[in-house]
Amino acid sequence: MKPEEIYKTLADKFGESILGFDTELAGDPIIQIVPSAIADVCQYLAETDTLAFDSLMCLSGVDLGAKEEELSVVYHLYAMQHRHSVVLKTSMPKTDAHLPSVSHIWKTADWHERETYDLYGILFEGHTDLRRILLPDDWEGYPLRKDYKEPDFYRGMRVPY
Amino acid sequence: METTQQTESKIIELKPFTDEMVVNMGPQHPSTHGVLRLELRLDGEVVREAIPHIGYLHRCFEKHSENLSYPQIIPFTDRMDYVAAMNQNWGFCLAVEKLMAADESKDFAIPERAEYLRVLICELNRIASHLLSFGTYGMDIGAFTPFLYAFRDRERLLLLFEKICGARLTYNYIRIGGVSEIIPMEPGSIDEQNYLDEIESFLDYFEPKIDEYNDLLTSNSIFSERTMGVAVMSAEMALSYGATGPNIRGSGVDWDLRRDEPYSIYDRFDFDVPVAKDIPELGAVVGDCWSRYKVRMDEMKESVRIVRQILAEGLPDGPVMADLKAVRPPKGEIYFRSEAPRGELGFYIVSDGTPKPVRLKGRSPCFSALSALQELSRGLMVADIIAIIGSIDIVMGEVDR
Repeated sequence: MKPEEIYKTLADKFGESILGFDTELAGDPIIQIVPSAIADVCQYLAETDTLAFDSLMCLSGVDLGAKEEELSVVYHLYAMQHRHSVVLKTSMPKTDAHLPSVSHIWKTADWHERETYDLYGILFEGHTDLRRILLPDDWEGYPLRKDYKEPDFYRGMRVPY
Repeated sequence: METTQQTESKIIELKPFTDEMVVNMGPQHPSTHGVLRLELRLDGEVVREAIPHIGYLHRCFEKHSENLSYPQIIPFTDRMDYVAAMNQNWGFCLAVEKLMAADESKDFAIPERAEYLRVLICELNRIASHLLSFGTYGMDIGAFTPFLYAFRDRERLLLLFEKICGARLTYNYIRIGGVSEIIPMEPGSIDEQNYLDEIESFLDYFEPKIDEYNDLLTSNSIFSERTMGVAVMSAEMALSYGATGPNIRGSGVDWDLRRDEPYSIYDRFDFDVPVAKDIPELGAVVGDCWSRYKVRMDEMKESVRIVRQILAEGLPDGPVMADLKAVRPPKGEIYFRSEAPRGELGFYIVSDGTPKPVRLKGRSPCFSALSALQELSRGLMVADIIAIIGSIDIVMGEVDR
């Protein structure tokens, strides 16, 4: 299926949870989704036979910078059987960044969500083991946020050099 | 008296559990292929849980990239999977080129010569990477000789890379719009001919060696005992964990981006995609450690085939760089994946139209494959952990980025 058709199917099924379909920017078209609905939408995408998205290629957090006070999570899905792909995007305010986990649908989301939590501070509800993965457990702050300031010292070691 | 003893020994047999012991394996351990720490919860020699702890090699690649222009990022990709750096360069350049191509006002095409050089060098790099994987896997299992053989041949490949880009490990050879011309090689010149001849003589030497390695390790009975039927990863599990490349083909999924979603000029070459099969007479099961290893051995032959086709055609004339005024992709975002030796290497780029990316994420194949380790190793022996890590072929530089 083409991304437009997938968008129509999702819009019919989920109504107002599907916010829109971005095509004007260069690159892949994106389906915008309300954060709270993401797990249901993913479940539907994975379990419907005509869609059958059985692999989560990539899950990434995005911070577009100071003018937009929000964080996004982007899901790149692929269906081996039908050989089609889709991009889902969901955005939430920086101050209250949380959304349902999809790690029960695709197991690879487990580590990808941990990484996104580690670097962006986005909380994935329902994740069984949400803790830092790349950074040390006692690191403070979320480095990939655009407003991140690195600490002067970490355990007595100077950080900026 | 005798009967009581027998009953007692029966009771011991029925309750074979001992106290749980936690053992840290790594981060400095020769079999973890870098700096991976595994927290092993052991019941005697049986692994109840192996929890991977990563991040020891985290170098903030993604954060650095946000402050660098696109061409400046290429050396950083070298340091992701440092044993297949050409493929990493290429994966990143492909993603940037695809995003730039979305801007119709800027018309550019990658020169034919550059495309041929890219495929040629990346397939050679795939051989070098699989050789390292083969050698170190043998060493993990306890066979030291294959390691020396593999490094002897890999050395010849590294010399070939050194001749074309001046570096042995971190190449920075493939650039956005073409390939680097730091060491000039005029089309049709004697230098080019010598270089291609050298590759050909390497292939003539190397192709029979693959069979020798199969005799040496693949069919070795100790090696087979350690790897066949161990840690079987089903196709569904492999897909769910995002395992890709040789790992997913080892689980019997017939999938290769070079054939199924051809990028660059892969559609012009004739090659097969090795997929694991059950071999009952040997004891190999689809999805076990041996199958994943065997796919890599077979892939080396296919890479040799692709390189031979390029050598038969010869490199086309023309420039090696497209005429790019500046690397400034349009506002937008792209996810592009390519088939690196360890699986699907994806780059997700968000651009706001400036020369620096707003967000760059490297989707590392090893990162996803390693996350399956915890489930794969449950209930196996400690020694099997070594066999699993070697068979999923991780490079920590790419896992931690």
